[in-house]
Amino acid sequence: MRWMLLLFIAISAVMASGPAHAQDDPRLVVGSKSFTESAILGHMLRMLAEDAGAEARFESFPGSSVAFNALLAGEIDVYPEYTGTLKRELLSELDLNFDVELHSALAERGLAISEPIGFNNTYAIGVTREIGEQLGLRTISDLADHPTLRLAFSTEFMNRGDGWPGLRDVYGLRNEARGIEHSLAYEALASGAIDVTDLYSTDAQIAAMDLMVLEDDRAYFPRYDAVVLHRVELEQTHPLALRSMLKLVGQIDAEAMRRLNERAEIGEGGGPRLEPRVVAASALQEMFNIRVDVGGKDLWGRLIDRTREHLGLVVISMSVAILIALPLGVLAARSRALSGPVLAAIGILQTIPAIALLVVLIKPFGIGAQTAIVALVLYSLLPIVRNTHAGITGISADLLESADAIGLTAWERLRRVELPLALPTVLAGVKTAAVINVGTATLGGFISAGGYGQPIFTGITQNNFNKILEGAVPAAILAVLVQLAFDCLDRRVVSRGLRL
Amino acid sequence: MIKVSGGTVRFGGHVALQDVSLTLEAARTTALIGPSGCGKSTLLRLMLGLVEPDSGVVEFDGAPLERANRIAIRKRVGYAIQSGGLFPHMTARRNVELPAQHAGWDRARLDRRVEELRDLMRLTSDALARFPAQLSGGQRQRVALMRALVLDPEVLLLDEPLGALDPVIRGQLQHELRDVFSELNSTVVLVTHDLAEAAYLAPDDIVLMREGAIVQRGSFQTLREEPSAPFVKTFIDSQTERVAALTGGAV
Repeated sequence: MRWMLLLFIAISAVMASGPAHAQDDPRLVVGSKSFTESAILGHMLRMLAEDAGAEARFESFPGSSVAFNALLAGEIDVYPEYTGTLKRELLSELDLNFDVELHSALAERGLAISEPIGFNNTYAIGVTREIGEQLGLRTISDLADHPTLRLAFSTEFMNRGDGWPGLRDVYGLRNEARGIEHSLAYEALASGAIDVTDLYSTDAQIAAMDLMVLEDDRAYFPRYDAVVLHRVELEQTHPLALRSMLKLVGQIDAEAMRRLNERAEIGEGGGPRLEPRVVAASALQEMFNIRVDVGGKDLWGRLIDRTREHLGLVVISMSVAILIALPLGVLAARSRALSGPVLAAIGILQTIPAIALLVVLIKPFGIGAQTAIVALVLYSLLPIVRNTHAGITGISADLLESADAIGLTAWERLRRVELPLALPTVLAGVKTAAVINVGTATLGGFISAGGYGQPIFTGITQNNFNKILEGAVPAAILAVLVQLAFDCLDRRVVSRGLRL
Repeated sequence: MIKVSGGTVRFGGHVALQDVSLTLEAARTTALIGPSGCGKSTLLRLMLGLVEPDSGVVEFDGAPLERANRIAIRKRVGYAIQSGGLFPHMTARRNVELPAQHAGWDRARLDRRVEELRDLMRLTSDALARFPAQLSGGQRQRVALMRALVLDPEVLLLDEPLGALDPVIRGQLQHELRDVFSELNSTVVLVTHDLAEAAYLAPDDIVLMREGAIVQRGSFQTLREEPSAPFVKTFIDSQTERVAALTGGAV
């Protein structure tokens, strides 16, 4: 059967090119959270480690707890973190008040932190200067007199214990608050859609947009000193690299960090926005006179890499899905007792939101392409199983009886009669699954799976629309190409006799 | 050649065949006839193991028909049904070749056999290259018969093989079929609801059925002249004019 052959060629091609991410990498893995500041610091750490001769790789994570868990699991060796986040969020159940307590709590987990890098990136509450002056706002307490002001906070701030719930209680605020993506909050402030939002004290936009930072007069926010958080064993396994990374300690103050953020998010002095990687390299050059070859690829180079990764996700997951779904569909068509439970179970899988499924899968499969592939396989089952089942059960009894009557065995009947007759329906199912798969695979950006999701996700967290397009446009084009490819395949492999 | 003893088949609560016994001798043409739902198709399918009896035994050439020998026996039987049962994704030629390919025939033997049957069934090789959807009803039925005959079967089971055709084509094929049957020297069982067709193709052995049971078996003449029950007479009288038209009043 030609189409089976095609499938196997596709699988072996992808297998030969290797998985998108190697596992059990003996090299040093430096992580960061995906927002700009963490990315800049992460790249600086990686470059400092490389400057000491280590082979280092960089990985980006969507949030604090994901990065922290990756560190605990040994998937990464080091990433930049904030003391306040450790005390109030990541280890909040321990109720840590003093740095000594924090140090010993981390030591128990095989982790250690450096001395502060030099800036305190705490939360701050900001309003536009216009509203601030109009209402005479100076402190956060002043907000209590204006319950109609529209508050919108970053999603993480809305939910974490040291965020909005605590702030509301401590200051007795009665305002309604909504969640908003942090990078969009500034535009919302500027356009007047919201009045008040949470800021980070090193945000580039504070100066650029002339925002007013309200004084934390009840000392609600803890210190968020930036530190290098690493696994203790680095002292043995990569002593030189660790010493090199710790050069950052005491070297970047809030003003310096704000400037670096500005280079990446706004562009310094009207210049272009730079990649966090590039900003990190220039900072190291200025601070330590370390020359780093940024070695970034141009747009086409990146596009080719992302396309390869994305195709890897799609082809591997679709191949596995077909290998599972086709027999499952045949089985369901064979046995009426099986078809109900099988179709119901796979239908339920489909109803789980993709993001939720990814998060659930992180626990057993970790961060990376393998998790995305598992999720994509699960998502691709339903259309294929359902169409295989429908295609086979839809064959007329006359034809099946004729196949039996001429002495075909059950297997021969399946291969020579049932599958070829069901093929148009099965192919339609595979096509649907593949087109959905191409789109869903972009969510892999949230878990460092590579592919077109990577620039989309980076673009969202770094407020860079061009970056988002760099992933979104090729993803859309690929989906259309997949659709066309299947229409072509359909004409080639489905018998002409079925199209008359 | 085929012996059904005490065959009973139920579909859910409905009894399709009730304790039917029937012996078919080799090299003889038999017609199973009766009104719709009388069980004649079920009896035919029972002989091929396409339905399993709730009780009773089917013997084929002396051996009981079981799951284990079902496939082997089917290869010795040709089967064609009303709509032809041709596989739409294969050309007519591939349809004809399929049973022989599974029997392991080589290309030359296959080509020879297809040519023979093509002559017998009076089809052009151009027609054989087409898909079933591109053929006329009569051509499809001829291809279905070719497929049934390709392995030179000892038994030919035909379920309303001409039922879907218009009267002109049907009459023409009836004449051809009679020649084919006499040439074949196989055991032929023909299911039809048309007494004229039965009388024409199997004048010596007609099995009249009603409500899952055999009412009378005999030659057309016996059925007409010595009906064993009022139903037989009613059934025959209702179709006599058409029998006369087809057989030229010669029976």
